Amino acid sequence: MNTAGHSKAITKLLLHLHPNKVDAQSIKFTRTFGLGGIAALLFVMLFISGMLLRFAYVPSVKGAYDSIIELENQVLFGQLLRNLHYWSGMALVLVSFLHVLRVFYTQSIYHERRKNWIYGLLIMFLVVFSNFTGYLLPWDQLSFWAVTIMTNMLSYIPFVGDAIADMVRGGDEVTEITLLRFYHFHTGLLPLLMVFLMSVHFWLVRKSKGVTVQNSDEKVLVPTYPNLVFKEILVALIVIIVLFILSMIINAPLQGKADPLISPNPSKAPWYFMGFQELLLHIHPGFGIFIIPLLVTVFLVYIPFVKYTDLNVGVWFNSNKGKKLTIISVVYALVLTLLVILSSEFFLDLRNWMPQVPLLISTGLLLLLLYLVPAAAFLYFLKSKYNASKIDLMMAMFTIIIVAYVVMTIVGSLFRGEGMHLFA
Amino acid sequence: MKFKLNRRTFIKRAVYALLSLEIIYVFTGLLRKKKAKKVSDGWFDAGNINFFEKGKVYPFGAAHFYLSRLEDGGLLAISIHCTHLGCAIQFNQNKDRFVCPCHASSFNKYGEVLSPPATRALDIYPITIQDDKVMVDVNSPLRRNKYENSQVTYV
Repeated sequence: MNTAGHSKAITKLLLHLHPNKVDAQSIKFTRTFGLGGIAALLFVMLFISGMLLRFAYVPSVKGAYDSIIELENQVLFGQLLRNLHYWSGMALVLVSFLHVLRVFYTQSIYHERRKNWIYGLLIMFLVVFSNFTGYLLPWDQLSFWAVTIMTNMLSYIPFVGDAIADMVRGGDEVTEITLLRFYHFHTGLLPLLMVFLMSVHFWLVRKSKGVTVQNSDEKVLVPTYPNLVFKEILVALIVIIVLFILSMIINAPLQGKADPLISPNPSKAPWYFMGFQELLLHIHPGFGIFIIPLLVTVFLVYIPFVKYTDLNVGVWFNSNKGKKLTIISVVYALVLTLLVILSSEFFLDLRNWMPQVPLLISTGLLLLLLYLVPAAAFLYFLKSKYNASKIDLMMAMFTIIIVAYVVMTIVGSLFRGEGMHLFA
Repeated sequence: MKFKLNRRTFIKRAVYALLSLEIIYVFTGLLRKKKAKKVSDGWFDAGNINFFEKGKVYPFGAAHFYLSRLEDGGLLAISIHCTHLGCAIQFNQNKDRFVCPCHASSFNKYGEVLSPPATRALDIYPITIQDDKVMVDVNSPLRRNKYENSQVTYV
């Protein structure tokens, strides 16, 4: 490692992402499950495969679909390349989501890490946005109608919704202008923004002295090379191998060429937006698209700025009690969400029960209260029965939101068939 | 965090704000809705009025509308886009209604909602009749909440 500097410049730069020595506890695999690192690796893989795909892809209504067909059938390893990009993209959404969960439940978002939580949420948003813009590019029935549905969801935002939706699409329908716009976002602007935000994200981790650990008193420092670096390389190799195997076995979906006159039945949004689509089937769009997402975003940003008295930074679920309460919350939210979905599907008919009440109240506010009141009662129960502290209640609220979204995503994508009917 | 504003910070922030506004202005200008390039000034010739029988619905897929000839001879050019999330509706002859394949909203021949999740009646296009020819302005869809008699065009 001590040869002349110029010959090792790149190796040294990469090694400088880490400090010379790291806390032995922090490099245990179960501390972070390597999620942040895996996400970064996936980004690099997406970048490389995406660069290659750009050589084959034609961003026009006439050429897009045919260029994908040609890539898959004529180009050596073309299908594999596309599959690799597809699966890496899907994996990135999943891994980033799990990374958000990990940092939240190990109390790694407080004090000096607050700012990084915000940057992390921003990057998570960009990851989803990147995936979504890439979704349209094959220009097949699946992508065309998924994007039609999603952009029309935007138009339910009060006052400015139509303007935003028109701005995203460049018109009132999904056309070649939309395709070009999405192509540019997907292959230019978003990756650039993400590289910038990721740099800030990594630097803020370094500035907070690495990942959080359970007991900050028992500090044993070990050299980063080879202790951490070898682990990272091992995990990276496993991820790469798994992705290649997956790409060899399962092809990225490609339906018939997009036809603006025929919607497939059912037409679904991409799976990570199915939670939204499911929500929209039940509640007034003003709430489903605007008020609820706004409240959730404000809540997420607000979490690390509350003053807590018994915060155990780096401890999973803050304490054993916190762990128990989180498990109870998961079960409660699971049951509550399923109950509300089922009753709204088969039993509730608020629109016709109170025709004189505005829809925003009957199918919006009332339905939201139907969920919020039991949830609030549950939080009160945790507080009185288990003497839950502020951080415990925050975790419970976060858990309920996450479980509700996951349940809606699963119900929407797996249990809805023709005409979006349940169990059809 | 105390809010302090002296001359220097004021000028600095004013410059930043102006630059940001400039960028936003240019960017929204770039992304603004483009004028769609459609057939001759947007008037679509649907054919001779006598061809359309009363009480029937005729599809004009390429122009994105259904022409609905009502029982009293009135005409409505109804958009194929569902008002829920924009899927393409289809006319079901047997049930005599428009049905959306995506989320099962349905509409009658006037475009009125028969079953949710859609909340709004289907958009319509303006119609004029010139020398017995039905002309539909496919570039200017009209939003409406419900069906009204004034929306129908008569000969």
